[in-house]
Amino acid sequence: MKRIHVHEEYCIGCRLCEIHCLVQHSKSKKILKAFKEEIPRAVARVSVQEHGYLSFALQCRHCEEAPCLEACITGAMHRDRKTEAVLYDEEKCVGCWMCIMVCPFGVIKRDLNSKRVASKCDLCMGEEMPVCVRNCPNEALTFEEGIGT
Amino acid sequence: MALTLYPSEFRIERDQERCIACQVCVRQCANDCHIYDAEDDSVSTDESRCVGCHRCATLCPTGAITIRETSMHFRTNANWSARALKDVYKQAETGGVLLTGMGCDRPYPTYFDRILLNASQVTNPSIDPLREPMELRTFLGSKPDRIELDYSGGDIRLATNLGPQLVLETPILFSAMSYGSISYNACWALARAAKAAGTFYNTGEGGLHSDFYEYGENTIAQVASGRFGVHADYLDVAAALEIKIGQGAKPGIGGHLPGEKVSEQISQTRMIPVGTDALSPAPHHDIYSIEDLRQLIFALKEATRYSKPVGVKIAAVHNVAPIASGIVRAGADIVAIDGLRGGTGAAPTIIRDNVGIPIELAIAAVDNRLRDEGIRHRASVIAAGGFRNSADIIKAIALGADAVYVATGALVAMGCHLCQKCYTGKCNWGIATQDPYLTKRLNPNIAERRLTNLLRGWSLEIKEMLGGMGINAIESLRGNREHLRGVGMTEGELKILGIKSAGEAW
Repeated sequence: MKRIHVHEEYCIGCRLCEIHCLVQHSKSKKILKAFKEEIPRAVARVSVQEHGYLSFALQCRHCEEAPCLEACITGAMHRDRKTEAVLYDEEKCVGCWMCIMVCPFGVIKRDLNSKRVASKCDLCMGEEMPVCVRNCPNEALTFEEGIGT
Repeated sequence: MALTLYPSEFRIERDQERCIACQVCVRQCANDCHIYDAEDDSVSTDESRCVGCHRCATLCPTGAITIRETSMHFRTNANWSARALKDVYKQAETGGVLLTGMGCDRPYPTYFDRILLNASQVTNPSIDPLREPMELRTFLGSKPDRIELDYSGGDIRLATNLGPQLVLETPILFSAMSYGSISYNACWALARAAKAAGTFYNTGEGGLHSDFYEYGENTIAQVASGRFGVHADYLDVAAALEIKIGQGAKPGIGGHLPGEKVSEQISQTRMIPVGTDALSPAPHHDIYSIEDLRQLIFALKEATRYSKPVGVKIAAVHNVAPIASGIVRAGADIVAIDGLRGGTGAAPTIIRDNVGIPIELAIAAVDNRLRDEGIRHRASVIAAGGFRNSADIIKAIALGADAVYVATGALVAMGCHLCQKCYTGKCNWGIATQDPYLTKRLNPNIAERRLTNLLRGWSLEIKEMLGGMGINAIESLRGNREHLRGVGMTEGELKILGIKSAGEAW
């Protein structure tokens, strides 16, 4: 499957990926509205990790053997048959947060705007390319086949 | 501390209706012009440090930032311009030599803008480069006085031994920029683009990082007055060598790479201790005459077993023509001439803006002199300094250059916005800096792509212009000044350029 590959040597820590991810997962999908009007503000599913000069954007790795799939008690977390992406179904989520506990990358977050829903990368289903990849100014994120880094 | 009299050069306008306080600008500005206030979740600006590099405005996701030149006007004074006043204020505060980067930005005439190209109409057919072959391949190196052919055995063979030549697929090379003045990634991108486009890049006086030895076939290695990084492998791996005598931005001046830029990697490459200033003396201390220069040229030729061309680079100064003649007679295979508008990573502003002559006049003067003396074929001429587009390049070739060196254009292609602050080491575009936080901003994959695109675009345009003139090989245009006409120039300028005035025909 096509995955988001991280090239930390070119990540400039601008966090534009986070901004565009937030907009993509907002109600209006418009940047000014998403930031200035929508309350509560949508949550970005990617986050930039920084330590000294090193930085990189991290989002769900869509693991082949995904612990979150096994941990999910309701089947809300599931593998998309067509794309093989790990997605979750808001309707089925009961908010037990087991997925958050078992995720080895720490990339599933609570969506504090709702009682139950977990928030994670959905590879921007429907878009040709995830918005974090499309808007990375330095091509530190790429969308390619393979496991990558 | 006393109040500074030096006003902000730029005004940062932030459209609060658009600003989403995402802090991209805060993170991108190495000059700390943008400040985030967590208490009221807003971003404010301190424009006193703004250099006008546009990094923040370019990356702002909502287009909330506009950079303007400050609108504060001094009372109009034809003699004491705002720039003159500001320079005095700055100097009165610092007591030092004012430094700058990039090439001369003063409004001296740009002769390229006063030269027009010819095109074929009726009496000679123009050529469509999309349908017919068009040759941009250029050979740099010494050409023999005459050619002898060997007809024996039915085949025709060249009996004359040709000296070593550089083969360029397009008459454009990347000019000297050292590792130190620009980042590792910038050097890497230049090397890769030169290889992809079938041309050459120049190491500058900073040696060659061992990682780049694989691009040796596309490398011109410089030997400058500081002799940084010059050793047997360096000379062996390069395709050609260049003795740097002078630079267009600072003729007669040496170089100075501040110690803070001399990292472990640069120290290895330059063969100097970490953290020490890299000082290039103004003259080569072993060259005080053409005869001395000849010794170094032949020392380098001997060291490389006469396998590669050896060039000499000089700044275009008043007596450039006789100096070039001496260089050719000293045995150089290539003469590179860097004009008034040639760039630099750091130079005294006063030198950059007042010393040297425009490259257009220098090319014509050198080409004339070498032809008059019957030695034009003994060396190729590379012109450098301020080529902005393919028209400038084709005009330079028609004036008599074999090829051109492009550096500022290459930096601009990589993202440079000509803020002229290269000497601060805080290049927000990741080019003229060694700060690891900034250097990763230049992704060599993107930079290589943009550089190759630029060379490709310029080459296509050169072919179109050549075709229009009815010429199918760049070699046929060299020194062909009949294809140039001048507008708005004095008799004297036309005479030096060796071109007719527009409207003048055969």
